[in-house]
Amino acid sequence: MNVAARHILIVGAGHAGGVAAATLRQAGFTGAITLVGSEPYPPHERPPLSKELLAGVIPIEKTYLRPLAFYAENGIAFRPGETAVAIDRKAQRVELANGDTVPYDALLLTTGARARRLTLRGADHPRVLYLRDIADSLALREALNTGVRVVVVGAGFIGLEAAAVARKRGAAVTVLEVQREPLQRVCPPEIGRFMADLHRRNGVDLRTGVALTAIEPDGDALVLRTADGGAIAADVVLAGIGAQPNVELGQAAGLAIDDGIVTDEFGRTGDPQIFAAGDVTRHFNPLLGRRLRLEAWQNAQNQAMAVAKVMAGGNQPHAELPWFWTDQYDVNLQIAGAPERWSELVWRGTASDKAFTVFALADGKPVGTITMNNGRDMRAARELIARDRAVDPARLADPKVKLQDLAREN
Amino acid sequence: MAEENWITVAKRSAVNAGDVIGVTLGEREIALYNIDGEIYATDNLCTHAFALLSQGWLDGEVIECPLHGGRFEVKTGKGLGPPINDDLKTYPVRVIGDDVQVRLDA
Repeated sequence: MNVAARHILIVGAGHAGGVAAATLRQAGFTGAITLVGSEPYPPHERPPLSKELLAGVIPIEKTYLRPLAFYAENGIAFRPGETAVAIDRKAQRVELANGDTVPYDALLLTTGARARRLTLRGADHPRVLYLRDIADSLALREALNTGVRVVVVGAGFIGLEAAAVARKRGAAVTVLEVQREPLQRVCPPEIGRFMADLHRRNGVDLRTGVALTAIEPDGDALVLRTADGGAIAADVVLAGIGAQPNVELGQAAGLAIDDGIVTDEFGRTGDPQIFAAGDVTRHFNPLLGRRLRLEAWQNAQNQAMAVAKVMAGGNQPHAELPWFWTDQYDVNLQIAGAPERWSELVWRGTASDKAFTVFALADGKPVGTITMNNGRDMRAARELIARDRAVDPARLADPKVKLQDLAREN
Repeated sequence: MAEENWITVAKRSAVNAGDVIGVTLGEREIALYNIDGEIYATDNLCTHAFALLSQGWLDGEVIECPLHGGRFEVKTGKGLGPPINDDLKTYPVRVIGDDVQVRLDA
C-alpha cells in the first residue's frame, strides 16, 4: 500500500490534519510534508471550543495539539491562513486562493465540516452566530454576558454545551428544539429527557417541539417567531443545527461524494494518490460493516492517525467503535457504538440516579452504550460491544455483576 | 529527606487491590492505586482536561481517564499517547502500619 510519496500535502489543518502530519513523522515518513489550513491557528482540538474556551477558563493555546514550533522542528511546512481552491489530479497539484500551486505525490484531504446555516427569513442577521471554530467561540464568548438573552436553536451537543456555558456566564438562556427531546439523533428519549431536566434545573428555558420560522430585528434586539405563533426576544442567537462536510474541493475534483468524501477503511478515495480523514469522510467501518460519517474527537484523532500510517507505508485499517462525549454543568455523558436504533435497553441504575449506564441490544448483543457520570464503565462496555456476543440482560442490569467480568467471561 | 515531609493521606485498608481512590490534600488532588498489593500515588487530575483519574479505569498498571480515555502508566506517570501530551506527576509512597503516606515535595 506504499504510495512511495516524496511530498505529502495535507489540506485542512484542523485536528485530523494536525494529527496526520505528526503521525507521518512518527511512522518514519522522511519526505516533505506541507500542511495547509484556512484558519490562522495551528491544528487544535475542538471539544474545548464549546466548553472551556467558550467559558473563558483556558487560553486559545491550550486547544492546540502541539505548540506552533513543533511543525518547523519536524520538517512540516505549515501554511496557516491559506485556502485550497482546486485540485488538479492529472498534474498532482493543488491551487491555493492566493494563486500559489502546491505539487504533491500524495494528497490527504482533512477539510472537516462547517456549521449548517439557518436558512429561514432573517437568519443572515449579524447577531445570529454559529459555533464551529476558534473565531466562532471567541465571538460567542464576547456576547455571553450576565443578563444577555441568548436563544439557542437546536438541542444537540453543541447547542446544549453552549447553553450550559452561557448559564455559567450569567446569560438568560432559551433553547429551542424542533424534536420532542434533546439529542434525539444520538440517544434514546430517556437520555434526552435527563438532559432536558438537567438544563431546566440550571435555569434554561428549554422548549421542545418548537419550530422557528423567522428572525426579525426589533430595535437593538431580535424577535424569533415560532410556528405556534410565539415570539421570543433575544439579544443573540446561536444556531447549533448540525454540521455539513466540506466536500467541495474533492467533489470538484471528481472524487466520490456521499454526504462526505467516500473512503475505504484505509482512508483511500478512488484516486490512488488521494486520501481523506476526519469529519469530511464517509468511511467504511469494518466493525459495523457499513460506511458512516462522524463528527467527533475520536475520529479526527484516530482515523487520521490510521490513515497517516497507511500513507507512510502501513497496511492496518481503521476499525474502531464510534465514541462521543459531552460535558455539561457537572455531567459527563459518553456514548459508544452507533446503534441504528436504541432498543432492547438495559439499565444499570435508573435515570433518577446521579450516575448510571445504559446498554442498547440488538438480538441480545450489546450494540451501544451510554454512561452518565460513569465513564469508568465505558472501557468494559466497549469491550462488551466489540465482543459481538449475546449477554444475559438480567446480569447486565445487575450492578453487583462487574462489567469487566461480563466482558471477559467465556 | 526530612521525616516531616511524609503526609498520611489514607488508610491502607481503604485502597483495595486493583482499585484507585482519590484524596484531597489542601489544594492538591492525589490518586492512590493498589497494584498487586503495592500502593502508588499520582496527581489525580488528568493532564488533558479537568477529570479525576480516581473515577477512571485501572487496567493493570495503566490508569485510563474516565472523561476522554487518556492513559497513563501509574508507576511512572508517563502519558501513553493522545489525547495526553503531558505526563502525570507521581509521588513517593510508603506504608507505615495502616497509614499510607506520600511525600509531596519530591
